[in-house]
Order: sequence, then structure tokens, then C-alpha cells
Amino acid sequence: MAYDTNPAPSTVYHPAPPGMQIKVAARDLSVTYGDALALDRVQIDIPDRSVTACIGPSGCGKSTFLRCINRMNDTIDTARVRGSIKIDGEEVNDRSIDPVLLRARVGMVFQKPNPFPKTIFENVAYGPRIHGLAANKDELAAIVETSLTKAGLWKEVADRLHQPGTSLSGGQQQRLVIARAIAVNPEVILMDEPCSALDPIATARIEELIDELRENYALIIVTHSMAQAARVSQMTAFFHLGALVEYGPTEEIFTNPRDQRTQDYITGRFG
Amino acid sequence: MTNQVKAPHIVKAFSEELEQLSADVAAMGGLAESLVSDALQAAATRDGDLAAEVVARDAQVDAMQRDIEKKIIRLLALRHPIAQDLRVCIAALKIVTDLERVGDLAKSIARRVPTLNDSEPTAFAASVDRMGKLVLSHIHEVLDAYVTGETARAVAVWERDDDVDEHYNALFRELVRAMRDDHAMIGPGAHLLFIAKNLERIGDHATNIAEVIHYLVTGSELASERPRGPRPEQTV
Ligand SMILES: Nc1ncnc2c1ncn2[C@@H]1O[C@H](COP(=O)(O)OP(=O)(O)OP(=O)(O)O)[C@@H](O)[C@H]1O
Ligand SMILES: [Mg+2]
Repeated sequence: MAYDTNPAPSTVYHPAPPGMQIKVAARDLSVTYGDALALDRVQIDIPDRSVTACIGPSGCGKSTFLRCINRMNDTIDTARVRGSIKIDGEEVNDRSIDPVLLRARVGMVFQKPNPFPKTIFENVAYGPRIHGLAANKDELAAIVETSLTKAGLWKEVADRLHQPGTSLSGGQQQRLVIARAIAVNPEVILMDEPCSALDPIATARIEELIDELRENYALIIVTHSMAQAARVSQMTAFFHLGALVEYGPTEEIFTNPRDQRTQDYITGRFG
Repeated sequence: MTNQVKAPHIVKAFSEELEQLSADVAAMGGLAESLVSDALQAAATRDGDLAAEVVARDAQVDAMQRDIEKKIIRLLALRHPIAQDLRVCIAALKIVTDLERVGDLAKSIARRVPTLNDSEPTAFAASVDRMGKLVLSHIHEVLDAYVTGETARAVAVWERDDDVDEHYNALFRELVRAMRDDHAMIGPGAHLLFIAKNLERIGDHATNIAEVIHYLVTGSELASERPRGPRPEQTV
């Protein structure tokens, strides 16, 4: 598919709530894997200190979009990214940007919790140590404690910090991974279906955590649960066949979506 | 509802339940409308039997409301409807509340028929009947608009509610004058006043339903308050 010969896909943009500061902005952002177009000229402004949900059918490009923000697509040989993606106005794909530092600024949480094969403490301490965020052991221990506390896990693990991260339950592991992301002072947190392997209680814990984290970070979450998108996010982006079809305040997308494709998808109809 | 010629849900039972819900609301509307129409006829023809029948039939309207509300609660709890599906549920919930009131008001009109029959017919009965026909046409229009999803027809009724109010205001003034001039008019006049007030209320419910239809179809609200003339209660 030669993307630049087709007309650009149009997007229904609902007016964003006033006073939202833009954190991540994409312009004409396209991604191809070999010849296959996975993301087609996406234009979006994602606000800071809020949760943006990315929804859409399987294969529509949600994960591809997330990977543009922390340049994880660099790790895929066939992937080619075109267009612009900026964080605080700074081009992510610029040669001067160090992808390792970028991934500290933009934390990522995956569907399957992926703690390192190390202790709980080391899982969280690893990032701050390699980025030189702690001057000494005490400072490092303090960072580990605050990160685990922010992730709502401290009480459960305080007396077992030196057991393996993999010894935790799935929901605890997911919060450990979130603690690990928070420990390096990120600005943006990406979550790709973070609750799909969790039970309703563990899911509720993560959702509560997301709600707290939004005070300080821009969160972008991919979810296949419409109810979850509605519960946790302030903005919702609906992707379809690589295009951003509709974007706006979650309340509007879920009460009065404008595009027929959005309607059909969120209400569970044949599109 | 024919306005919702849209793709069916992947879960067929969900589409069927929503369609059934709209059909139930339409059926309840038909019943409520027939109560108004029969109450008016009973008043116009001084038919005490028909009036008694209207009073009895109102219980069916109440039963339908309870049944529909149960279905809506079940839908909300089990299907978690959103967007247009949510609007279908919320609209149904609001409309049956209005229809239940319409049934009550029709019953209240019918209840006055035996007392009116005890006194001589007055010249005002025809005027009340005209007002009744107007209100009935509004109810009929909004219910049709609900079934077909024609917002324009609903909005037209909403805008025409002033006609009902004017009718009521005029009737109110004339009845009060007649009661002042002829004390024998006080008995039947009071009852006619209440009937006219009930009809005016039914007209208000028709405009409420029109607003709900607008919300159901478009997702946005009609202006919350229409400009209104002074109420007769405030002018006399
Ligand atoms: N590494 C890859 N190599 C080749 N094609 C890929 C690769 N990753 C994704 N794609 C293709 O790009 C398109 C978008 O994939 P992506 O993973 O972004 O979708 P998604 O919306 O996250 O789907 P899901 O909901 O199933 O996770 C798909 O057609 C997919 O097959
Ligand atoms: Mg994905």
C-alpha cells in the first residue's frame, strides 16, 4: 500500500476540554512493516496529566502507535516510521535523541507482566542505578520504597524485597513493572493491555493506580475492554485499519460517537 | 425502531432485547394514547360506562411501566449498553415515566365524567373537547416520531406546545368569568377547569417525550427551557 497516493484518512476530532496541556503530538505519523501499512498518517494531540485510551479492533495499529512514542519500532527490522512524533515539542525520531534515555522518559507496561529474573528490589532499583538517579545506597532504597508505594505494592512486599519478582502474583507483578517504570521519573507511561491477564480485583487495583498516576504523568493505555477505557480515561482514540478515526473526550466518545465505525465498534456491532 | 436501521449487534440477543424494549414502549404509548382518547370521548358523549372503563384500564399502563422498567434494569446490569444503546435504554426509562403520568391524567379526566353528567351540559364542553383533540394529536405525533425516529416531527410538537397553553389560558379565563356570572356554573366549571388542566399537563408530557426523542436520535439536548407566556394562574 503506497500510503501517500491515497487521500489522507480523516479524523473526527471532538473539542478537547480547555486547559489541557499537550504532551505528545503526532503529525502525519505512518508506520510500515515491509510493504504493509500499519499506521496511516495519524494526527493527534495527547494531553499531559491525563489518561488517553487507545481502542480499536485487533491489528488496527494500537501497539504500533504506542511503540512510536518510545521508539520501540526501532527494534523491529522491517518497521519504518514516517512523519513526526513529538514529546513536549521535541522530535522523538531526531538523531540527537538517545533511545535508552527516551525509554526512561517514556515507560512501558505490557500485557504480560515482565519482571526481570531478579529480586523485587533489583527490579525497581535497576533503572535508577543505570541512570545514576541515586547518589548512594540509602537514596536508592528510598527510590525503591517510594516507587513501590506509588505503585500500591509496598505494603505487600516490604518484608520480601529480596525474593524474586517472578514469585509475585500476576497482578502484583504488573504493579511491580509499573513501580519499575515510575522509578526512573518518566514523563509518559504507555500501557499495552495491562489488565488483560488480571482478575477483577487486580484490575481494579491497577485502574485505581492509573487514576492516581494521572496526577503526575501522561498515560496512554491500550485496552480491549470498552468498560475499562470508559472507566480510566479522559480521552479516547479509536483506531481502525491503521487510521485514527475518532478522538475526543471519553465521555463524548462513549455517549455520542460521531463516526459510524466508532459506534459500531464500541457497541459491539458488525462494522 | 425503524430509525435505527443500523448494523445488528454481534450478540444477536442484545439487538433483540433493545428492539423488544422499543416495541414495548411504543405499545405502552398506544395504550396511554387510547386512554386519553377514550376519556375525551366519555366526557364529550357523557358516557359513564366508557369513563369507568378508562379508570380500570389505567392499571394496565402502570403494569406495563413496571415491566418495562424491569427490562431496562436488566439490560443495564447485564449488557452495559453504551452510546446509542444507552440512549435507547435511558429514553425508554424517561418515556415510560411520562406515559404513566399521561395514563393517570386520563384516568383523572374520566373520573370527573359521572359528576359532570349530574349537571346540565355546558357550552364549554365543546371547547374542552377541542383542546383535548389538540393534545391528543400531540401525543399521537410524538409516539409516531418515537417509532420512526423522525426528530423533526418530535421537534414540531415541542414547538407547538404553546398552542395548548394558549387554548388552556383562554378556556381558563372564560370559565372563571362564567362561574362568576352564574353560580350554577361553579360545580361543572370547576370540573372542566381540572380537565383542562389535566389536558395541559398531558401536553407537557408530550413535549417531554419530544425532548427525549431528540436526545435519543441525536445524542444532544433540545434547549432546556422553551420561552413561555405567563400562566393563567399568574394573570387572574
Ligand atoms: N513486528 C511486526 N512485523 C510485521 N507486521 C507487524 C508487526 N507488528 C505488527 N504488525 C502488523 O501491523 C498491524 C498493526 O499491528 P498492531 O500490533 O499495532 O495492532 P494492535 O492494534 O495492537 O492489535 P492487537 O489489538 O491485536 O494487539 C497488523 O496488521 C500487524 O499484523
Ligand atoms: Mg496490540
